[in-house]
Order: sequence, then C-alpha cells, then structure tokens
Amino acid sequence: MIKDLFTKPKKKKYATIPSEAAKQDVPEGIMTKCPNCKKIMYSKELTKNLKVCFHCDYHYPMNSQERLASFLDEDSFQEIDRELVSTNPLGFPEYLEKLEKDKEKTNLNEAVVTGIGRVDQHEVAVAVMDSTFRMGSMGSVVGEKITRAIEKADELSVPFIIFTASGGARMQEGVLSLMQMAKTSVALKRFSDNGGLIISIMTHPTTGGVSASFASLGDYNFAEPGALIGFAGRRIIEQTIREELPEDFQTAEFLLEKGQLDAVIARAELKEKIATILDIHQPGGDLVWLEN
Amino acid sequence: MVGELEFEKPVLELRKKIAELKEITKEADVDLTDEIEKLEVRLERLEKEIYENMKPWDRVQIARHPNRPTTLDYIPLLFTDFIEVHGDRTFGDDAAIVAGIGKFQGLPVTIIGHQRGKDTKENIRRNFGMPHPEGYRKALRIMKQADKFGRPIICFIDTKGAFPGKAAEERGQSEAIARNLFEMAGLKVPVICIVIGEGGSGGALALGVGNHLHMLENSTYSVISPEGAASILWKDASKAKQAAEKMKITAPDLKELNVIDEIIPEVKGGAHKDKDLQAQAIHEVILKSLKELLKLSEQELINQRYEKYKAIGQFDLQNEYITTN
Repeated sequence: MIKDLFTKPKKKKYATIPSEAAKQDVPEGIMTKCPNCKKIMYSKELTKNLKVCFHCDYHYPMNSQERLASFLDEDSFQEIDRELVSTNPLGFPEYLEKLEKDKEKTNLNEAVVTGIGRVDQHEVAVAVMDSTFRMGSMGSVVGEKITRAIEKADELSVPFIIFTASGGARMQEGVLSLMQMAKTSVALKRFSDNGGLIISIMTHPTTGGVSASFASLGDYNFAEPGALIGFAGRRIIEQTIREELPEDFQTAEFLLEKGQLDAVIARAELKEKIATILDIHQPGGDLVWLEN
Repeated sequence: MVGELEFEKPVLELRKKIAELKEITKEADVDLTDEIEKLEVRLERLEKEIYENMKPWDRVQIARHPNRPTTLDYIPLLFTDFIEVHGDRTFGDDAAIVAGIGKFQGLPVTIIGHQRGKDTKENIRRNFGMPHPEGYRKALRIMKQADKFGRPIICFIDTKGAFPGKAAEERGQSEAIARNLFEMAGLKVPVICIVIGEGGSGGALALGVGNHLHMLENSTYSVISPEGAASILWKDASKAKQAAEKMKITAPDLKELNVIDEIIPEVKGGAHKDKDLQAQAIHEVILKSLKELLKLSEQELINQRYEKYKAIGQFDLQNEYITTN
C-alpha cells in the first residue's frame, strides 16, 4: 500500500472517454474559465467577487441586473419607462424578429434599463446599458429612455449616473439612431446648465455613437479596467490608415494616459468612490459651513 | 547628511556636538550637564541668528530642498476624501499637475497643484514639476468644474516653470498659460493660491490668479530663475546668488511689493523639518481666507480679483504730458 504511493502510476495505453452519464455529473455553469488568464474558478465565488477574476483582475462584463444589484443600495431601485419598446421605422428586414429573440433571451425590453435608486443613501437617476441586448446598440428607445432618465434627474434635482456598454448606433434604425446622439446630448446640456451632476462610467465595450455622445459628457468620466472605449473600431482604423495599432489601443488605461478619462476605477472600489463624489456634491453646504 | 544646507551648517554642527556630549554623559561617569546647558543656550542664539537673518539665496536653497513637502504631501494633511482626477480630455494627462476634489474641514473644495517627484524615477514621470500645456488645460477643466458646482479652489504653486520644450511649444504652451489667466479672472468661486516652493514665472502664474495669494516664508516667486536672470543680465549663470538678491523673489520682498497677501510662517529651518506642523500653519491661513471670501457674492469675488491685479505695478506721472480735458 505505502509502496504504491511512491511508484509512478502506470500510464494508460489508451485514452478513456467519459461516458455521457459521467459528463452530466458536473452541472452546467458551476465552473467558469477566465478568458484572459484561462484559470478556472467557481462561478458562485466569481459572482460574489463582482465578476472580477481572482487571478488576473479581469473584469467580466456585467448585465444590467447584476450591475444594478452591485451598485445601488439594496431594494432601492425603481425602474421607469420599461413599457417603451422598439418599432421597425425603416421596415428593416428581420429587425423585429431579432428584437423578439433578444427579449426572450435577456428578459429585457431594450438595451438600457433606467430608473431611480440610491447609492449609499444618495438618491440618483441611473441608466444602465446592457450589451446582451443587441450589443447594447442605441436606437430610438435607448435614446428616449436615457433622455427621460436625464429629465427625471433634472426634475428631482438629483445626479445622473450612466453605465455605458454599447457597440454604437443601431444600424436597423438608420439616421433615427444617429439623432439619438443629439437628443441625449441636448438633454444633458440643459441638465448641466441647471447645475446637474453627470457621472459616466464606461464599461466594456463603449464605442461608436455612444462614446461620441453621452458616455463622454460626464462631469466625471470613469471607466472600468480593461474596457474597450473608442469611436471607430480597430479594424476600420487599421484598414484606413494601413498601420498596425498598439496592443493597448483604445483600452481604458490607454485613454487615461491620453487625457480622456478622470480615472480608471476597479469594480471593487466603484461604489465607494462614487458615493464619496456624491457626498462632495451635496448642494448648499457653504453657508452652513461658515456658521460652524 | 542629505539635504544639508551651507548656511545652516554651524547650527547642525553645534547640535551634533550637544548630542555627542549627551551620549557621553549617559555612558561615562562624567557629568557634563552644565556644559550641555551652556551649549544649548548658544544653539538657541545661533539658530535665531541664522534662521532669522536668512539671505535670499538661503531661502532659494530651502525652496529647492529635495525633501521640501510637495502638493501631495500636504493634501492628506489638509483635506479629507480626496479623489484625484486626470486628463485634459484633449491630449493627455500631465503628472506635473495634480488635481482633484475633497473636503476642507467638511467643506467641498477643488484642489490643484504643481507636483514634483521625490526621486529620480518619479521626477521623470512628473517632469520635475514642469507642466506641459495639457497640464494647464487639465487645471482649467477642473477649475471650470469647481465653478459649475460652486466649490472654492485652492491652488498650490511649486514649479521651476512651465516646461521649455518642443512638444510644449507645438501644443501651445503660451496659449494654455494665457487661457488660464483669462479664465481664472472670471471664476465665480473663491480662489486661494499658495506658493509652497518655487514660483517659477508664467508656469506658476497659470495657477495663480486668485482672490488671495499667500507664500510660505521660504518660498520664492519670480519672473525667471536666478540662474536665468544672471545669464540674461550678466551672461553668467554662476552669478545666480547675486541675481537672487537683486530680483526680490522672497516672501518678505513680495509682501513689501504688495503682490502677496500673507506670509505663512515656516517651521524653523524650513518646512521639510516638520511637514505636519507646517500643514497646520497652512491650514490656519486657508481657513481664514475661506471665511473671508465665502462671504462675498459671485460678482464681488470677480471684482475683488480684478482690483487685486489692477493694483499691482508701479509708475510715475510726468508733468508736462498731463492733459486736462
């Protein structure tokens, strides 16, 4: 027996193929492999760690539900405008079918979820884009919902916080998509002129028309580590200028160095940092301070 | 010893001697208490003599001391909840200027300052505290943000000057500095500027158009470095010491010229000897300034700044050219 411990086990001469039954022994999704460092983790542990890899700090994309749950105070979220749904204004082939499919898959009505919630007791209007629905692309409904959320923030005099994740404008709605960039920006300008606080948190990926409108218009523009952020896609740029781009091109860290971001914030610190900023921006402290 | 300055050598030597004697008293059986007491009296006198009669060049040495506290040294001692923000949203993030938001005794404020490095590696990253245009544009962006949210701005000035380089010129160093002077004039919030080290020319002034301008006792503020002035005036940079005397660059000089509001007293021998104590002195002055400036309306703040800078400069009138209409 003890001797067995010290002898190498004999190599099998032929491979064993696990039976179907054995394969089904491990339920689907119990383990997750990190796409960055390839290490394997328990999915439950990963979720507890805000979907950040234990080994390499890779930030997995979060869907809107996960984001709201991790960012807002418990049970503080009240969704608005869930009833807004897309039509097919250009009669684009297969558009409605694709929307239906994503609605089923994601249990969402569109690529953004908006509403009111609290961050460490501070009331905010919040919009969270969801890249699992049509790659987070922006059509009329996404533009309208974000604009209404900004108006809500203005009406309640609370800060507006947006988490962006989008491939850009939604091709199937053509120029109407493009104009959502203007619609959201016009709303942000009015809100800002009224003294509103805008915080944008760019998550992977934030590109195209979304990066070229509300995502970049925060009083504070933050990003999650490793997020891809840019206007034109890497392939398009490489084909246009016929040059190879540096590896970190258009990452959050690259943009920080190029002066485009206020900071790159790890997910674990995000809520606390934003709460501090909200605290610093509480209105009307000057006179009270003077009296004390 | 690192950072020992020439003019204070007698003090340091005497102090060393006293320490030695104390050691001997402790270890050997000789009682040197009397001797030590006498020396301590002498030390006190010597310190008074040396530190209270510092020549401009001595102050330049202290202002340039490698251990002199920097903006980032003072921030945690003066503010809470500090969050640094980066970038000019146009070209880059200049580490020669730090900017951010935080609280001063509970009051939200914006903090901006030049930032030198502490060692060679950091100095290279921070370009020895000499900003490029993107640094000034970051500062302006953060000032405008403070303006939007009604937060007082506190600027720490500590630079040899704006960086003289090719890239800086290409990106508009002059325009960036000029723009800051112009825009700072219109800020609707209190702006308090404090020179904590070297105030080098336009590169310093670009963070310096404030309602109140204070200087640490041993800091300097000048149109050009003493070396630069010596080489322009006398074609000899080694005459920097004489230039320092002539140019009136120390805090007492600037107070006399009515350029600054208050001299913030320094710890004996310079701020680097005790940065916590130094921060307390700065804290007091910021508090006093804020209490005064927060009582002013937006327009009053702008007017006060206008009058302040309008009043600087000296001239005479030549009788025969005076016309009466």
